[in-house]
Amino acid sequence: MSTSVFGQSIPRVDGPLKVSGGARYAFEFNQSGQLYAVIVNATIGIGRIVSIEATGVEQMPGVRAVISHLNAPKLTYSPHKGVIDPAVGERLRVFQDEQIRFFGQPVAVIVADTLDQAEHAATALRLRYDAQAPLTEIDDPRAQPIVAQQTAAANARVAADRERGSADQAFADTDVKVDAIFRMARENHSPMEPHATVASWEGDSLTVWSKSQYVLNERAELAAIFGIPPENVLVICPFVGGAFGTSLRTWSHVGIAALAARVVGRPVKLALTRKQMFLDTGHRPRTDQRIAIAATNQGKLTAIIHEATAETSRYEEFIEGITNQTEFLYSCPNVRTRYRLVPTDTSTPTYMRAPGECTGMHALECGLDELAAALDLDPIELRRRNEPTVDESNGRPFSSRSLLQCLETGAERFGWSQRNPRPGSMRDGRWQIGWGVAGSTRGAPQAPADASVRLLPDGRVEVASATSDMGPGTYTSMAQVAAATLGVPVERIKFELGRSDMPTAPSHGGSWTMASVGNAVRSACLAAQDAAVRRAVEDPASIFHGLTADVLHWKDGTLGRKNGEGPRLDQVALLRGGMPIDVRTTASRSTDIANRYSMYGYAAFFTEVAVDADLGIVRIRRMLGVYGIGKVVNPRLARSQCIGGMVGGIGMALMERTVLDQRDGRPVNAHMADYLVPVNLDVPTLETQFLDEQDDAVNPLGIKGIGELCIIGVAPAIANAVYHATGKRVRELPIRIENLLGA
Amino acid sequence: MMPFTVAQVASEREAITSAGGGGRYIAGGTTLIDLMREEVERPSSLVDINRLSLRHIRLERNALVIGALARMAEVAAHPEVRRVHPLIAEALEEGASPQLRNMASIGGNLMQRVRCPYFRMLDAACNKRSPGSGCAAIEGVNGGHAILGTSESCAATHPSDLAVALVALDATMRVRGPQGERRFPIIDLYRLPEDKPHLEHTLRPAELILDVHVPVQPFAVSGRYLKVRDRSSYEFALVSAAAVLDVRNGVVRAARVACGGVGTRPWRMPAVEAALIGQRPTRANFETAAAHATQGARALSGNGYKIALLPRTITRALEMAGEKV
Repeated sequence: MSTSVFGQSIPRVDGPLKVSGGARYAFEFNQSGQLYAVIVNATIGIGRIVSIEATGVEQMPGVRAVISHLNAPKLTYSPHKGVIDPAVGERLRVFQDEQIRFFGQPVAVIVADTLDQAEHAATALRLRYDAQAPLTEIDDPRAQPIVAQQTAAANARVAADRERGSADQAFADTDVKVDAIFRMARENHSPMEPHATVASWEGDSLTVWSKSQYVLNERAELAAIFGIPPENVLVICPFVGGAFGTSLRTWSHVGIAALAARVVGRPVKLALTRKQMFLDTGHRPRTDQRIAIAATNQGKLTAIIHEATAETSRYEEFIEGITNQTEFLYSCPNVRTRYRLVPTDTSTPTYMRAPGECTGMHALECGLDELAAALDLDPIELRRRNEPTVDESNGRPFSSRSLLQCLETGAERFGWSQRNPRPGSMRDGRWQIGWGVAGSTRGAPQAPADASVRLLPDGRVEVASATSDMGPGTYTSMAQVAAATLGVPVERIKFELGRSDMPTAPSHGGSWTMASVGNAVRSACLAAQDAAVRRAVEDPASIFHGLTADVLHWKDGTLGRKNGEGPRLDQVALLRGGMPIDVRTTASRSTDIANRYSMYGYAAFFTEVAVDADLGIVRIRRMLGVYGIGKVVNPRLARSQCIGGMVGGIGMALMERTVLDQRDGRPVNAHMADYLVPVNLDVPTLETQFLDEQDDAVNPLGIKGIGELCIIGVAPAIANAVYHATGKRVRELPIRIENLLGA
Repeated sequence: MMPFTVAQVASEREAITSAGGGGRYIAGGTTLIDLMREEVERPSSLVDINRLSLRHIRLERNALVIGALARMAEVAAHPEVRRVHPLIAEALEEGASPQLRNMASIGGNLMQRVRCPYFRMLDAACNKRSPGSGCAAIEGVNGGHAILGTSESCAATHPSDLAVALVALDATMRVRGPQGERRFPIIDLYRLPEDKPHLEHTLRPAELILDVHVPVQPFAVSGRYLKVRDRSSYEFALVSAAAVLDVRNGVVRAARVACGGVGTRPWRMPAVEAALIGQRPTRANFETAAAHATQGARALSGNGYKIALLPRTITRALEMAGEKV
C-alpha cells in the first residue's frame, strides 16, 4: 500500500474547474425560455393573510404570474419524511392556506421575464394581515417546554431524560462542584452559495437543477409535493458552494420553483437572497444548557447533570443530540441528562455542522475546565483521571479511543507545560494572554450506500453514486479509493455524483460520506474485478479461459495467476475492445458490528487568545487541532476540512448569532455585514495533526469521518482560553466585547 | 429594483443641471446600488459623475485637498496623506473591505446612509426612510445604535469612519450647486435627527461635492484612529475614536477628539479636549478627560455597553496618539 494513492495528498481533481469557473452550480443551469421567480415573504410573526392586492402587480411590465394561496393549485403533499426531516410534525405547505406561522414565511411568488422585473413586482405586492404577537424566544416567560415525542422513550436515540446512578444525590453529596448555565445564540449556516433552483417540466416529469446535499431526498420530496412517481423527478446538483447542513432538507423555495414552472408552463429560475436565507432554510437552534459536575478532591468525577432546552417551530419537532456525548465521554457513575424543546413561532431549525454535539460539548468542555480550576488541577490531568475503559452508557468496548492521545500529543506540540495556570498571569504588552484546551468526540457512522463502477476497454473507469460534494473533496477522495482498490492511476478514474438517477447514497452530511460512499466505491471496485475474472475464465478467447477463479488474483491493476506463472493482463488487455464491465453494489455496516462496539472519533483543540481587557476585544493568536479519525484518505483535503472547522468554531465562539426582533420574530441582522463570520484577519495560522490510527471495526477502509468532529471543541477551547486570559467566565456564545467589558 | 435611467456627464455644469432635474449623483455606487436593490432608495434617474475631474489628492498651501471622486483605497495609500494626516489613512483602512475601498469615493463615503437594520427593511417603521412612520429601533433591536444626539424619532449612528477623522481635523468641504460654490466645515454637513430624521445633511438641491480640505498642522502626525468591534475587519464600529495630540514640554497644548458609533452624526468631543489642555499626557489624565465624553449620553435597551466602552476607547486612542508625539 506504500505506493497507493490512498492516503496521499493529491490536489482536488475538480480544482481547475472550480478556479476557472468551469464548475457549474445550480443557479448557472440556464434553460431555454426560462423565467425568473422571486418569493414574497410574510412581514408578520404570526396570524393570517386577510387580502392580497395582486391585480396591479399582474399588470406590471414582464410579470407572468402572481401565485399565492388565492390561486395556487392544491398540491398533493403526500406523506414523506426523509432521514433529515423532523419525524414529528408536518412540513410547511406553501400557498395552501392563509395562515402565517413565522416571520418570512413565503406568501406569494412573482414570475417575470427578468429578475429585475420580478424583484420590483415583489416589492410592489401589497398584503394585509391579521397579525398576533408571536413567541420567539425560549426564555420568554410564556414559553412552554415540551418533551419531544421522539425523545420520550428512555432508549431513544436522543432521550428526553436518561440517568445512571443517582446524579442529583451524588452532586449534593460532593464538595467540589460547578453548576453553570450556558446560553447559546441561534446561528445560520451562511454558506457562500445561496439556495437556488431551476425547475423545468416536461409533461408530468420534472427536472430541477437545485442546490442540494441530498438529491435523492429532494427527488422524493418533490414527488410527494406534486403527487408524481419519484422516477418522474430528476434532481441535478454537481457542485455545492458550501452548505453546512442548510441544503440537506428540501425547503419551501424548491417546491415554489417547481410550482411556478408548472403554472407558467416554462422553466423557472429561483434564487434566494441573502436576507431570505435567514428565513426558511433552517438554523442551529438557540439553546440554554445547565451543566453541573462534581468530583472528589482527587479529581474523580462523581456526578454529571446536563440539561438542555432548544427552540423548535410550532409545526415540527426538530431534535438533535445535545447531551449524548455527556453520557460516555468521561467515566462517571452518576449521570443524568435532560432535553426539552420550546415550540416558538419561528421556522423549523435544522442540522448545522455538528448539530447538537458542538452545542452540548461546549457546555461539557467548559464545565470540565471550570471544575479543573475549582480543583486546582490541570484540565488535561482532570481528563486523564476520568478516562473510561468502556463506554459507560452501554457497556460496550471502544473500537478505538484516542482522546488522551490527542490531548497529550497536542499538549506536547503546543507547549502546554509552559502555561501558567493562574488566570490573568500571562501578558504581552496590553494584551492578556490565555491558553485553553478542550476535547472533541463524534460518532463514526456508516450508512448503507450504493456505487456503480464501469471498467471501460480503453482503461478508463467510471464510478458514480448519488452523493454530493459541498467542499470536503468527494470527487477527489472517491477517485482515490477507486484507484487504490483497482490498482490503477487516479487519472483514469472519473467519479460522478449529484444526480438522483445515480446509485443510492445517503445524505451528504453527518460526516458519513467517506465511510458510507467510500466503502461502497471500494465494494463496487472489488465486484468489478470479480466480474472481470468471471468474464476472463468464461471467454474462450481469453488466455485465462477454463481456469477457476480462485487461481487468479488482481495485483497492481493486473490480473494473473496467484502462483506467478504466465502473463498478467491489465484492464485494457483483459477487455480487448469488448464490452465494458458494469457493476453496482451496496456497502453497509453489519448490525453485529454496530451493536458490538462504541465507535467514535476524537480530537483535542489548543488555542492561544489575546484579550484587550480595557476594550473587551478577543483575538485568536494560534490554534492546534489533533485528530484521531482512523484512516485519512487525503491529508491535504482533511486538513482543509479541519481548518474550515476551526474557522467555523471561531465564528461560533466570538461572532455568529442571528438576532430576532421579539415583537415579530424578524431576523434583524440577515446580512453578511451584520451576521458576523470570521474574516482573514480573525484567523491566525491554524495547525492540524492526524494521529496514525488503525480501526478495523468501523468499516473496511477504517474511516471515522471528520466534518463534525473538527468543529466540536473549538468554541470551548476558545472560551476556556478567554477565562485563562481574564479570569472571567463568559457562559454565553458568542463571547462579544459587550460580555467582556470590565473583565 | 425600480426602473431608472442613467446620465453620464462630462462636466460639473452638466452634472448640476442633470441633478437639478431630479437625478441622484452616483460614483462608486457601493451604498446606493445596494439600497436601490432593496428599493430603500428609489431614484428614477442617476447622474454618473465618474468622468469628472474630481479625483485629485494634493497638498495646497496649508491644506490637504482630496477630490470627491478619489477612491478610499487610493487616498489611504497616498504618501502625502499618510505623511501629513495618518489619521485619515488609518480611518479609511479601518472602513469597509478592500473590495469596497477600491470602489467607494470620498464624497460617497461622507454621504453614506445609516446602517440601522430597520432603515433597510421596507416593512419596518422608519422615520428616516418613511417620515412619520415611527422608529422600530427605539423599542426594538438597538445594540448598534447611538447614545448621543438621539431623538424620539431616530437613534441611528452615522456609519462613516472617515467623517469622524475629518471632523476631528476641522476639515471643510467645497461644493458647487445651481447658485454657485460654497465652503463649510464638514461637521455642518450633518444634521441631528430631531423630529426630521429624513433630513440628514445640509446640501442644497443638486449641490455637488467637489473636494475636502483638511488643514495641515504639524501635530496632526500624532493622529490615530481606533475602531472597536467584534470582528477585526469589515464591521461597523461599536465605538471608534479619532485622537490627535499636540504635546510640548510634557504638557498637552492642543487636542482633537471625535468619535464614531455613538452619535447620530460624527461626534466631536470638545469637553474631552478642553479637559486635556495643560495636562500631562498620562493614562490617568486621559481617563479623567475621557469621562466627559458621556455627558448627556442616553442608552436604549441594547446599547448601554457603549456608555462604558466610549471613554475606554477615547482613553486608548489618546494613549496611541501620545505614543507618536
